[in-house]
Amino acid sequence: MTAAEAPVVGERRLTIAEALREAIAEEMRHDEKVFLIGEDIGVPGGFGGAFGVYLGLTEEFGHDRIIDTPISEKALAGAAIGAALMGMRPIPDLQYADFLFECMDELVNQAAKMRYMSNGKLSVPLVLRCPVGTANRGAQHGQCPESYFVHVPGLKVVCVSDAYHAKGLLKSAVRDDDPVLFFEHKLLYGSKGREQAGGMDLTAHVPEEEYFFPIGKAVVKREGMSVTVVATHMSLYRSLAAAEELAQDGIDCEVIDPLTLLPFDEETIFASVRKTGRLVIAHEDTLTGGWGAELAARVAEECLYSLQAPIRRVASHDVPLPVAPVMEQTVVPSQARIKAAIQRCCEG
Amino acid sequence: MSDVARAGSIEPGSGQLTADVDATHGLDLYRRMQLIRRFEERVYLHYLQGELPGTLHQSQGQEAVAVGICDALRPTDWITSTHRPHGHALAKGVDLRAAMAELYGKATGCCGGKGGSMHLGDPSVGMLPAIAIVGGGNTVVTGLGLAFKLMRTDQVAVCFFGEGASNEGAFHEGLNFAAVQHLPIVFACENNLYGASTPFHQVSLVPDVATRAVAYGVRGEIVDGMDVLAVREAAGRAVAEARAGAGPVLLECKTYRFAGHSRGDVKGYRSREEEVLWKERDPIVRLRARLAATLDAGVLDDMDAQVEAALDDAIEFARQSPLPRAEDALTDAYATVISGGSAS
Repeated sequence: MTAAEAPVVGERRLTIAEALREAIAEEMRHDEKVFLIGEDIGVPGGFGGAFGVYLGLTEEFGHDRIIDTPISEKALAGAAIGAALMGMRPIPDLQYADFLFECMDELVNQAAKMRYMSNGKLSVPLVLRCPVGTANRGAQHGQCPESYFVHVPGLKVVCVSDAYHAKGLLKSAVRDDDPVLFFEHKLLYGSKGREQAGGMDLTAHVPEEEYFFPIGKAVVKREGMSVTVVATHMSLYRSLAAAEELAQDGIDCEVIDPLTLLPFDEETIFASVRKTGRLVIAHEDTLTGGWGAELAARVAEECLYSLQAPIRRVASHDVPLPVAPVMEQTVVPSQARIKAAIQRCCEG
Repeated sequence: MSDVARAGSIEPGSGQLTADVDATHGLDLYRRMQLIRRFEERVYLHYLQGELPGTLHQSQGQEAVAVGICDALRPTDWITSTHRPHGHALAKGVDLRAAMAELYGKATGCCGGKGGSMHLGDPSVGMLPAIAIVGGGNTVVTGLGLAFKLMRTDQVAVCFFGEGASNEGAFHEGLNFAAVQHLPIVFACENNLYGASTPFHQVSLVPDVATRAVAYGVRGEIVDGMDVLAVREAAGRAVAEARAGAGPVLLECKTYRFAGHSRGDVKGYRSREEEVLWKERDPIVRLRARLAATLDAGVLDDMDAQVEAALDDAIEFARQSPLPRAEDALTDAYATVISGGSAS
């Protein structure tokens, strides 16, 4: 099922925001221990969360289970962690992933380590929703900081890019006994990012019946023989668009959405690289120390003799994010940069 | 309880130490304080002899705070602790052998050797692994209280922290959030005057941490942390308020650590005169004097002997216990083993 596929007439298609809302509602109905906690999530007449994902949920579940907090990220993260330690299953919301740095101690020193320090006696089952991505919001409201957390044993890191997997993964994350950071791209919630995604339909088929998608499993979004392209979020759609263009030049791209960055589904990537002999990695997180570097290292360790060309990475340049669109587009991986990297990888 | 007892005018020789504590109860408080004192002293000796890995933060002098507060709690209540957790752990009921073995880095330790001195704890008795980041417990504890509130239990959580933590953002965020949510929490400040070597007056123009309660609309109280009966009384009030939904409460216990901040601290930052002044307020000596008025001295000596015997047993248990299996270092990061991520 790829987003690049043409919609089938009559099938139910949802945006990511709608799919996330449906997943949360289902899980809250399923288990009374699931609750939402965050800033501006349930205030009457408010926003329903910074990106409207919670609209309508307060009416069904009430303020006992949709808890508005002060602007106090350490407290809300700590409250979620503590409640999870006591057997609840909180879904804290931070509005912007940039604000994760306000509660790094809670996430890295507490949430990630409580199971280990207690010798496995405690669990921290929570799902922290983190909107990422550039959208002309500048240096402090547009970062993709997922790689920081890929470095933290004890956390799980998910990046969703389409409605089907967003729903299935969020449901799995809520039922997971470990803390999960759930990164969603702001331009992919609705249809706003459609133009930047090469005009692709950003809705996806979401079945009416309940389903789960497992954490730790990548999906092949486009099969191909010439080169493996691993990409998340907007970079995934730009890679798919680039792949369509390159197909006309005889370059047959296999495009993979890893979906989970920690634990990483290495086997799907290794199998693809062994088939194509070439690897391009694209992400909106910055280049140095980004998760693409980790993936490149693992492929080099396990598949070096399958490679026919050097691995190429396309990432945001190593600068803070500017606001002016012309500069922002220079920093983040564009379709043109991804296309050029694939071409270069296929030259060797 | 009578009005006379409520006012604290207990008849000498009546066997009643305070309204809530009779002589038998007082003897138990004494035993637990003495256990902590001797645990710290004996552990330090064996540490110097090279038997224990890591470092130690000892709590001699602060026993009345740990014991007085935990005595006001039920087994189903929870505590969070700090980098100086031995006293809290023993006061909350962590098994003595398991605590000792944890300090020895043994498989039989309460955290299987993964926690050590600074992360001592046991969920089965209502203690999270101690949080050794200053202020770290002050936000996490709000979640314990929130869970109790959402699950409509009548449990209470106590967050132990030092005066140094009151300058951390976590202290303010945690207290404010607990306040607006009316959470069943007692924030128990152990004000021992020094954050490591730094005196509190040098880092805060507010001499009493409890006055910071005003800023968050909660009740603050100062208690003599060198008097276990006073701590027990104040803790009883604070815990009852929290349990009734009238919390949180900020309870500041004025105390002193007789030992240095950690091993090897020669305490050059404070005067010997100051140390003597506080030593004269030793909570164990004071309670022993109170008890001696009603109990036969032999009873107290017997209690001391029981404490030594229990420690002999725990130390021997820890020494004889097996080391953890090396490969167990790789388990328990996650609920289920995940693939990848192990270096070759």
